[in-house]
Amino acid sequence: MVLNNIEKLLEKYENGETSLKEEQVLKNYFKNDTVAPHLEIYKSMFDYFLVNQQEQFTKDVPLKTKRTFNYKWISVAAVAVLMLGFYFNEPIVDSYNEYAYGTFSEPEEALNELENSLAMISSHFNKGTSTVNYLDEMNKGTSTIGYLNEIENTTSIIFKTNK
Amino acid sequence: MTQTEFLNIVMPFKDKVFRLAKRLLVSTEEAEDATQEVLMKLWNNKSKIGEYKNVEAFSMTMTKNFCFDKLKSKQAQNLKIVHSNYEDKQTPLQKQVELNDSVNWVAKIIEDLPEQQKMIIQLRDIEEYDFDEIAKMLDMNNTAVRVNLSRARKTIREKLTNTHSYGIK
Repeated sequence: MVLNNIEKLLEKYENGETSLKEEQVLKNYFKNDTVAPHLEIYKSMFDYFLVNQQEQFTKDVPLKTKRTFNYKWISVAAVAVLMLGFYFNEPIVDSYNEYAYGTFSEPEEALNELENSLAMISSHFNKGTSTVNYLDEMNKGTSTIGYLNEIENTTSIIFKTNK
Repeated sequence: MTQTEFLNIVMPFKDKVFRLAKRLLVSTEEAEDATQEVLMKLWNNKSKIGEYKNVEAFSMTMTKNFCFDKLKSKQAQNLKIVHSNYEDKQTPLQKQVELNDSVNWVAKIIEDLPEQQKMIIQLRDIEEYDFDEIAKMLDMNNTAVRVNLSRARKTIREKLTNTHSYGIK
């Protein structure tokens, strides 16, 4: 009876028509040591399947979290540096303003001071331009060099006659 | 996703991935490397794991593709992966059954099957997936899976009967 059933199942099995449950029945049957002699071939097959089910993967898998560098933080750092820069700059700017605009209280005083400084600048300027006058001498020199052309003319005439 | 969460997802099927890889690549070392590679790929894309409908089926497909790539590159190099698991560090159960030579024959017979059938036998008879799942993993249709399975089972049975009746190894 059982054997009959198994044989039928085996036929279905070979045609690929058995369900997982029916296959389980077959597997259980062939797990026993006592199998009908003419079905012994199948036993080795099912034994093989059974053994293979036990095999396990034992190797470790190194699961390292990839450290992705976050460029967002660079901008944060840059902004922080900028802010710090502004913060430490402020007092210096203040003192400079004070120094630049806060020295004279009277407008007349300021005017005098301005005139003085302008006069100083112009005197220095004149000193500079007076030295530039020497350039005229240079020009005179170069104009005399023009006479060299005359010499060239004469030499060219001499060479021509030589030819 | 933390490491433990990931392991909880992966643990149940990592052995299946390994066995499928071993079925295709034959050598244990190669299969271990392949499994490691597949798991690493999953881990690196862990942010997308939620989007996969079935992580297990997805991983099996990944394994299949990865192993095919490996086999292809080996063929290109004109090298064949030779079965080289000389030492046996398996469970006592296997040793006990290995006394029975015919189990080894089964292994050899399956090794000689075409890759498609190898995988289907592996997924159906060893991992016990149902046809729909196998069809999805292997990107085939349901009937094609059945036909291939039937062919594979018949081949195994025929070759086994041959070895039994004639003693041909």
